[in-house]
Amino acid sequence: MPRSAVTGIGVVAPGGSTRESFWSFITSGKTATRRVTLFDPTEFRSQIAAECDFDPVAGGLSDRDIRRMDRYVQFASAAAIEAMADSGLDLDTVDHDKMAVAIGSAVGGTKYLEDEYVPASNHGQEWVVDPTYLAPFIYQALTPSSLAAELSMRFRAHGPSVVVSTGCTSGIDSIGYAHQLIQDGEADIVITGAAESPISPISVACFDAIKATSARNDDAAHASRPFDRDRDGFVMGEGSAVLILERLDLAMERGAHIYCEVAGYASRGNAYHMTGLKPDGLEMAAAITDAMTQAQFVPEDVDYINAHGSGTKQNDRHETGAYKQVLGDHAYKTPVSSIKSMIGHSLGAIGSIEMAACALAIDRGVVPPTANYENPDPECDLDYTPNVAREKHVDVALSAGSGFGGFQSAMLFARPKELGG
Amino acid sequence: MSRRAVITGLGIVAPNGIGIDDFWKATTSGQLGIRTIENFDATRYPVSVAGEVPDFDAEGYVGRRLMAQTDRWTWMALAAAQLALTDADLDPTTQDPMSMSVITGSGTGGNEFGQKEIQNLWKDGPRFVGAYQSIAWFYAATTGQLSIKHGVKGHSSVVASDGISGLDALSQAKRFIGRSLDTVITGGTEAPVSAYAIACQLKTGMLSEQDDPALAFRPFAASANGYVPGEGGAILIVEEAEAAARRGAAHTYAEIAGCASTFDAYHFADPDPEGAQLARSMRLALERAGVTADDVDVVFADGAGTLVGDLAEAKAINAVFGGRGTPVPVTVPKSMVGRLYAGSGALDVATAALAMRDGTIPPTVGIDSVADGVDLDLVQDARPATLSTVLVNARGIGGFNASLVLRTPQ
Repeated sequence: MPRSAVTGIGVVAPGGSTRESFWSFITSGKTATRRVTLFDPTEFRSQIAAECDFDPVAGGLSDRDIRRMDRYVQFASAAAIEAMADSGLDLDTVDHDKMAVAIGSAVGGTKYLEDEYVPASNHGQEWVVDPTYLAPFIYQALTPSSLAAELSMRFRAHGPSVVVSTGCTSGIDSIGYAHQLIQDGEADIVITGAAESPISPISVACFDAIKATSARNDDAAHASRPFDRDRDGFVMGEGSAVLILERLDLAMERGAHIYCEVAGYASRGNAYHMTGLKPDGLEMAAAITDAMTQAQFVPEDVDYINAHGSGTKQNDRHETGAYKQVLGDHAYKTPVSSIKSMIGHSLGAIGSIEMAACALAIDRGVVPPTANYENPDPECDLDYTPNVAREKHVDVALSAGSGFGGFQSAMLFARPKELGG
Repeated sequence: MSRRAVITGLGIVAPNGIGIDDFWKATTSGQLGIRTIENFDATRYPVSVAGEVPDFDAEGYVGRRLMAQTDRWTWMALAAAQLALTDADLDPTTQDPMSMSVITGSGTGGNEFGQKEIQNLWKDGPRFVGAYQSIAWFYAATTGQLSIKHGVKGHSSVVASDGISGLDALSQAKRFIGRSLDTVITGGTEAPVSAYAIACQLKTGMLSEQDDPALAFRPFAASANGYVPGEGGAILIVEEAEAAARRGAAHTYAEIAGCASTFDAYHFADPDPEGAQLARSMRLALERAGVTADDVDVVFADGAGTLVGDLAEAKAINAVFGGRGTPVPVTVPKSMVGRLYAGSGALDVATAALAMRDGTIPPTVGIDSVADGVDLDLVQDARPATLSTVLVNARGIGGFNASLVLRTPQ
């Protein structure tokens, strides 16, 4: 089966709206969590988030693009423009029939849907809204598929175009989907990744209702505390990462810069609860084991674990258990980190942002830290790379994700053997 | 690839019938499932008709407790999955949980549930938003609930590609079965006939504003004036052929022999009027199925219901099938129920499976005269025919195309 390589990366994240500013931010140990500015959060339980200081014009978007697109589509478009440029692909010579889009999002155009709803319903007074108040492109906000359509349109990709929407594992599963398109010969180039812009009243309110988010409103900078004893929930984030995934042999042939390859990918369901996790982490462990088998790796091959590390009590315990089950003693010797400590949890997007971090860790030989790690939790006893980035040669990076609906996904990025991996 | 994907169970929740028997009887007799909208008062909108599922007993299928946590789109999938498992005579608790998967197509999510909660927020304040908004509205809710209900732990997924989501879900089911899984509960449903969701849809200008349900959705007709949205869809049980044989599956409707999807990249809202990429998706699906255009016994067309969209599909079909001695029969059974977004592709595949079982091509209804330039053998009355190879098309707004080939299992 053909192998797939990452040849281009674009990122829009809190703390950095380009690949390089993102990397420099997450290796600095700084945090981008702050009081919400996108709307007035006074009435909400959680009033903090990690927001992108994003300028769509600087991101390469036209006024027409900006009017039509919800914020998450703008993020993805800017990230895709950067990733495509980074890949060095020449759009005039590539085979557009063999170019596909597989992109993730958990909640899609909620921000645009909500912004338009408010005047059309007269602040919720009317069930049957007044359609004359609605923007002409509101259908594109209703349907998450418009995210894939916009990217396919922009790069004239005539291959499969799809949004993968598996909640908070969307950003891993979309890259997995892209990987399988290449394995099966359905595409040679896939524009993949994920995007999300969930910092709107309805999304903040729904996580308030289940107390999943941190209410550390008086100390926003230290609110996202994965693996720390005093963690009290995740901090909402937003952003996008887009990767150019290419058939490895074709990428090598054209002399592309290859960050890494997708060495293994798998997903499982816990069939347990929409939001709850069993402490044993069995299904996440099964997904990691499957990915390791595909890659033909043994535990000692894993150099870095990019954790889901959302900062909820149950998640951090759950995945710590999963890593120990699969890697045994080696789990204790491997640096683990959660970049959510710095850039928050951007739901469907974060999986791809984390895979971008893995690709850069392999490329640059640096492991980003877990910020705000101060007080060890006896139930989370791995090396979480506290607060300071670490120089380390990384050939193999593992990332895992867990999402509402019971999804447990795992992906391995590795330096190809041909390139010294 | 030696691992083959076969359809062994069908669960249907459609505007003109729930369950195989009622749906198939209605569909072969041309019974319309489109009516004046009853779910809400649509008099304020220029659109007044839709395909609604009457007498859907959600409580009977879902139970009151789970109903409170889920949207109508998920209720319909839970009902359809139960019907499909019964039809397949498959008890998931007897299977290895890791060998099973749920893959659904998703179009617009939990519309009515979401609107109620967003109304609570804006009318009364953030503290009035309920706990279940976080799990009911988002696109993965249906796959998540199905996996929990049936104890499914293998690789599951959710694909969103507008009107082709259902075919993309089946395509991914085939992909997973080709790799390692034995059983996939797959398909799609949609519940788009709620107040805010209809307002969002009608802004495309593609919805039919005709008030008479019988005249509103007329794909390929000279009087085509837009499409009618509908609710419901289908869930199918797809199994690896040998695993199905090993457990003594009650029946095997068809093999999913080939799938393909392509994208126009023509305009962000309008389809390519030449249908070039739709033609390519048909050719790719045929090639992957190992058949030629001559082998195809009927095409289940997408049937946009707009003049431009219909002409594009007619051109694409002629481009692929033009070389045949006899024209290929073409039908659009969704003319009876409307366009169900993520539900449409799955319902069309289920309908095609029943057509193959009974040797009957279901009709396209509502056509007075065929549009100029549409040169197709359009089936307007149920027609007996031996069907061993069937091609199903789907399209989505934005430029999505997909095709899927069903074959009688060898």
